[in-house]
Amino acid sequence: MNLNPSGWRPEAGDAAAAAEADTYTGNRALMLEEPLIFEIGDTETTGVDFDAGEAASSSRLGGLERTAPIGLAGLTEPEAVRHYTRLSRQNYAIDLGLFPLGSCTMKHNPRLNEKVARMPGFADIHPLQPVDTVQGALAVIQELAEWLIALTGMHAVAMTPKAGAHGELCGILCIKAALDARGDDRNVILVPESAHGTNPATAAFAGFRIENIPANADGRVDLDALKARLGPDIAGVMITNPNTCGLFERDMKAISDAVHAAGGYVYCDGANFNAIVGKVRPGDLGVDAMHINLHKTFSTPHGGGGPGAGPVVLSAALAPFAPLPFVARQEDGRLKLIEEENAGEEHPQTFGRMAAFNGQMGMFTRALAYILSHGADGLRQVAEDAVLNANYVLRRLEGVLDAPFGKSGPCMHEALFSDKGFAEGFSTLDVAKALIDEGFHPMTMYFPLVVHGAMLVEPTETESKAALDQFIGAVASIAARAKAGDESLKAAPVHAPRRRLDETQAARKPVLTWKPPAAA
Amino acid sequence: MRYLPLSEADRRKMFAAVGAATIDDLFVDVPAEARLPGAIPGLPNHAGELAVERHMAALARQNSVAGDVPFFLGAGAYRHHIPASVDHLIQRGEFLTSYTPYQPEIAQGTLQALFEFQTQVAMLYGCEIANASMYDGSTACWEAIAMARRITRRPKAILSEGLHPHYVSTARTMARFTGDRLVTALPSLSPETDFARLLDAIDEETSAVVVQYPDILGRIADLSELAERAHEKRALLIAVVTEPVALGAIRSPGEMGADIVVGEGQSLGVGLNFGGPYVGLFACREKFVRQMPGRVCGETVDAAGKRGFVLTLSTREQHIRREKATSNICTNAGLCALAFSVHLTLLGEKGLRQLAAVNHARAAATAERLTRIPGVSLVNESFFNEFTLRLPKEARPVVREMAEAGVLGGVSLGRLYPEAAALANGLVVAATETVSDEDIEAFAKALEGVLA
Repeated sequence: MNLNPSGWRPEAGDAAAAAEADTYTGNRALMLEEPLIFEIGDTETTGVDFDAGEAASSSRLGGLERTAPIGLAGLTEPEAVRHYTRLSRQNYAIDLGLFPLGSCTMKHNPRLNEKVARMPGFADIHPLQPVDTVQGALAVIQELAEWLIALTGMHAVAMTPKAGAHGELCGILCIKAALDARGDDRNVILVPESAHGTNPATAAFAGFRIENIPANADGRVDLDALKARLGPDIAGVMITNPNTCGLFERDMKAISDAVHAAGGYVYCDGANFNAIVGKVRPGDLGVDAMHINLHKTFSTPHGGGGPGAGPVVLSAALAPFAPLPFVARQEDGRLKLIEEENAGEEHPQTFGRMAAFNGQMGMFTRALAYILSHGADGLRQVAEDAVLNANYVLRRLEGVLDAPFGKSGPCMHEALFSDKGFAEGFSTLDVAKALIDEGFHPMTMYFPLVVHGAMLVEPTETESKAALDQFIGAVASIAARAKAGDESLKAAPVHAPRRRLDETQAARKPVLTWKPPAAA
Repeated sequence: MRYLPLSEADRRKMFAAVGAATIDDLFVDVPAEARLPGAIPGLPNHAGELAVERHMAALARQNSVAGDVPFFLGAGAYRHHIPASVDHLIQRGEFLTSYTPYQPEIAQGTLQALFEFQTQVAMLYGCEIANASMYDGSTACWEAIAMARRITRRPKAILSEGLHPHYVSTARTMARFTGDRLVTALPSLSPETDFARLLDAIDEETSAVVVQYPDILGRIADLSELAERAHEKRALLIAVVTEPVALGAIRSPGEMGADIVVGEGQSLGVGLNFGGPYVGLFACREKFVRQMPGRVCGETVDAAGKRGFVLTLSTREQHIRREKATSNICTNAGLCALAFSVHLTLLGEKGLRQLAAVNHARAAATAERLTRIPGVSLVNESFFNEFTLRLPKEARPVVREMAEAGVLGGVSLGRLYPEAAALANGLVVAATETVSDEDIEAFAKALEGVLA
């Protein structure tokens, strides 16, 4: 066993270790260093017991037995629990404090949702069981679908996309299929410069050419410029509303009308739906397709980068092209799945299947529990509190940080600031890293691209006024240091599990897996 | 409104601070005609925890739970026992409620776990590198096909008949829009795979050959010759693994020359969940790293020289490259990847090999018992924990009738290939460590009853 209790690279040497840390272990009280499983475990250790002697009387493996060592390190249960518990403590999380990542909607994740998702009736059922044995699961999908349709004022919803970007792809493929069905070879999608990177990546993936739509001075789509570009080659637009500057696109209906009149479709990136849920229905604004991040607006946990779920609501024009499978009600009231088998009769224009099985069931149960908890009245309050919290941050900080669109009126769910006014050599990155030392997760940095040194703050509705006041105080204090040119900011963070990490080295000589020391 | 901390008094103070009389002043940019005057009619209002839990429990009770009955379904999703500590650990708030690790100084927990995950996946698949996960096996499979096209700059992928039909459908959907050409075929109820056909089909336009291992019927075949022939023609071999536990018993695709290995990781740590969320595994040769899709975690050092981990190679990704990115994927399956990794750490190599041996033994015992039923025969010569039976009549109604008798006895090929009459009598049966002798006997009795 290769015990490396300090978590240091062996080749870094003890001298370097001693210079930096003043403890034997490298630990600092509750801040505990933790080696890799491959450094503390070995291939003979296991934390799972099996009945001895259970083996096939004769192997049917086709002569392909795996005889070479695999290298997988094992830990006993106490070692494994400690390993992952120690790792978990090196993470920031919503459960610990404000997580104001703009466009990410890091709201509280209710634990009722976790409990519900783990009910055996949802967690322990197979996607290919006969549909008569999973009527309750289909009912969850159906009930959630009905809520999403009602909340958005749309015609239908495709439930299977597995995350926001997968939902974007679903919407864009619906548009492509609709164009194909009418024999139209339009191939340009217009995307604002402020869009999430997934928008142009998705449209390009589906074979479209991307052109930028310019923004006007107050941070919104330039309607006149958009209209001037519309024509027979424009397949559609992808617009984020509220947009990534935190502003509602006032001209959304006019944009939709103009795009429709020119023969195109309107895709809306619904990442920011949290700002308007229960207050505004995208269907009333002429939207043809919009994905909904259940892991944003509807509180399913982000889990350190997923899983998400990205159902796509669709207009009557695009609904016939929605992907398989989906749930439908039979005449006898039972629920059924429309899949490859019966699509020919029931849904002949579908563009096909986007993934195996029936969608992110574990996210559906959580989202439905959240929606039922809030209800129609509570969801409206969610949007209102989210917008109030963001405006409170905007107005309390606009005297401290430059707010490029502060004069444009109120923001929606997120407040945008720039690095204007910082001393020479000080940047958004320094402010973000200093916030870490203050016990906060930083805001979204350098996005959207339309603002220099952007800082995008989305507090969400699950923050109290006291939490916001403390955050505002911390940002104001750091901003003052950035304006004064306080060199100590450059060292931040100094209280986190790690100092600033060398990302250039990581990219230049990628080390993506652990190798045994001899082979390293 | 238990999830909303603002009190009415807070709201009043905050309205004053932002210069708004009411909430309407903050929604002025929404045109009046688009603003809803109140809660959407016809929908229920908020509800307490107890009421919501009751409602959801009532829906859950309408499903037949796999753990309550003799259960033999597989075909891309497998029921395994998950150690209790796995679910406990992934529910720690620091994992559950954190975001994609964009600020590495305060996300080392997630990042180190991803680095360990990538290493485990690479070892399991016999590959040099792996990414930080995809949505699931089917989308990982398509991403591998698209990656092979980017590497070889060739338009045609040849898909084995043994590839899961949902994976084929997914690839077909995407290919329709990207212009990739896919060569596909329906499987036949034969012990032989279609490798001879694949070997003949590889040509100068072929980007990749895509094979599932073990395949949809549970068959296992050596991939070495396919890899050699593909490489001779400067094409790639993509191997797809829907049951990772198999790789505790049989040689890894990487050892046999596969260039890209992808698959489903659901078997370890994740559970059935009616099909999602699952976790896509993606591994390949190191020389292809800059064409790989998805998030990647890499090792580096911090300003004080300590080892640390960051997301890296982001110049492949959508948030930097926008329309030139290798994929549009953003959120992946982080928490499921963690569950996979914790389970595999608890197993270790020794435990994985034991688990695989038990699975193979259970499947062998199941096959032995079921083939004693008159008219039932085994299609496979080789299998791991899943095999295909040929029944004396159409399998789909047989499965339904057995379900009515309280036995979930496999996946009919009629469900997977409704258009293929020649496959209608095929039944795919999986038996994992969760299957008891009593389960096998109950399955046999139910099948005998239905066939009688």
